[in-house]
Amino acid sequence: MGVFRAAAPFLKNPRLGLVAGLAVAVLLQSCGAWIDPYTTQVILFAAINVILAVSLNLVMGETGQFSLCHAAFMAVGAYTSALLTGKALPMLFPHLSWTGTSPASQLTFLPVLVIGGGVAALAGLIVGGPSLRLRGDYLAMVTLGFGEIIRVLLQNTNFVGGARGMEGILPATNLLWAVGAAVLTLYTMIALVRSTYGRGFQAVRDDEIAAAAMGIDTTRFKVTAFVIGAFFAGVAGALYAHAVEFISPDGFNFLRSFEIIVMVILGGLGRPVGVASAAILITLLNEWLRDLSQYRMVVYALIIILFMILRPSRSLAPFLLRIKSRGKKPASA
Amino acid sequence: MTTSSCKALLEARNCSLRFGGIAALTKVSLRIAPGELVGLIGPNGAGKTSLFNILTGVYRPTEGEVLFDGRPVTGLPPHFINRLGMARTFQNIRLFGSLDVSMNVRTSFIARLRNGLIHTVCRGLSFRAEEESIREEGRRLLAYFGLQEAASNPSRSLPYGDQRRLEIVRALATKPRLLLLDEPAAGMNPTEKEELKRLIGQIRAEFGTAILLVEHDMKVVMGICERVVVLDRGCLLSSGTPAEVRSDPKVIAAYLGASAENQEAA
Repeated sequence: MGVFRAAAPFLKNPRLGLVAGLAVAVLLQSCGAWIDPYTTQVILFAAINVILAVSLNLVMGETGQFSLCHAAFMAVGAYTSALLTGKALPMLFPHLSWTGTSPASQLTFLPVLVIGGGVAALAGLIVGGPSLRLRGDYLAMVTLGFGEIIRVLLQNTNFVGGARGMEGILPATNLLWAVGAAVLTLYTMIALVRSTYGRGFQAVRDDEIAAAAMGIDTTRFKVTAFVIGAFFAGVAGALYAHAVEFISPDGFNFLRSFEIIVMVILGGLGRPVGVASAAILITLLNEWLRDLSQYRMVVYALIIILFMILRPSRSLAPFLLRIKSRGKKPASA
Repeated sequence: MTTSSCKALLEARNCSLRFGGIAALTKVSLRIAPGELVGLIGPNGAGKTSLFNILTGVYRPTEGEVLFDGRPVTGLPPHFINRLGMARTFQNIRLFGSLDVSMNVRTSFIARLRNGLIHTVCRGLSFRAEEESIREEGRRLLAYFGLQEAASNPSRSLPYGDQRRLEIVRALATKPRLLLLDEPAAGMNPTEKEELKRLIGQIRAEFGTAILLVEHDMKVVMGICERVVVLDRGCLLSSGTPAEVRSDPKVIAAYLGASAENQEAA
């Protein structure tokens, strides 16, 4: 609990949190030799889940738009980056060594991540642009449909391995990349939301008609949230692909999207730090439930039901952060 | 200078609005001069809020056009019309429930921010300067309207009258030249109504804003408006000074539900 309480000053000054978080990422990386491979993998998954959950939180929690295709954006990022590191780069520069951990791989990994996120953001723009005029259930249906389209497209494209997926992706993701990206995502979200500009997302969520009457371009805010969310989901997908070294369309199905939604709801809609904690918690839970993997969804559903009964409005965040009142939060921004 | 002062700030020309077979408004015309305070009254279902929604871009009129400052704004989206200088409040209060009082006022500055997404995330000097000036401006407005003590309270926790007042402050923070108030006195007690009348006077004195006021409460309308427009069943029934309108037999008939002839005979 003390760890979470210690997060408070970083919320007030996000740049302090950014520096501290990046320092932790560097520290983890330099101690990498002493961390056993299993623990390393759990930390990587936790960091990737933090990115996914915190970015979906911008769409669902802050802007109030229900999206069921976050895993699809992740897939776009994963496949784009895997094609870049596996095919495009070695073809363009055949004389360099591409092993994932080689200098050439590591140095080009940043642009690879950004391009993976960028293509996912483009996909977000293509889906979000026309469909964000819809509300509630209708938007959920469109995003659900888009998620399935991406999965089926990947399944039927032989170039990327079809239903067999892509294997032998270079292991370029390490603790520094994953934890660093998670910290950067969290910083971006907190810095964005805790500003006059960022309150526009919440205004749209609270009352679209009133927001428009105040001069806020509501469609633009919704599309912006969607595109930023898709970008970070794409980055998470790229990190994921280069961490597990194998991706298949089934890894990015509706259940994966649902898992991210569980993290956001559990962490408390609209609370980045709470959502990040929930993402870490769910990652650990997944490890503990590894033997019962087919019952995982049952456990998620039970957790959500229990939360709705026990703490309907507060969720996990104030429980962890010991924030007393809601009203206090915006005042410090 | 003289031409601009005679020019209407807002002009609605023969506006009609139909929902299927129902005519909510039929050929309604309206002019508001800069700085003028106009009251809009009418029985329930007369089309007052429909007219509001046409003027602010929520609905597109089936026929007719709306000019703001000589510029056609018919069918433009609400956020665009707000940026041109028209702000409104709502009949059923629409505050941002999850934001506190000062933050509700600050949302009005979002459309006019100089620093966009990138600057906000990087938090450079110009971002911090702008945030500080917005905070200061919000504080000033809240203090002017006596809401400074509640600044960090959740907006839903305010007393009813203060919620209405906050909505007006929020609208004013967008620096409008025309303010449209939709039944600001609804649900207020007599003390709050007196305060509202004072507040409206204060707004005109301080900001020189033209105001279009929809109201059921005759005391409020007749007490402060220079000109009153009466709507009935979607048509313009009468228009003039409060005294003229009050003695217009058509208006009396519409409000009492009897025909004008019967009124005169009685």
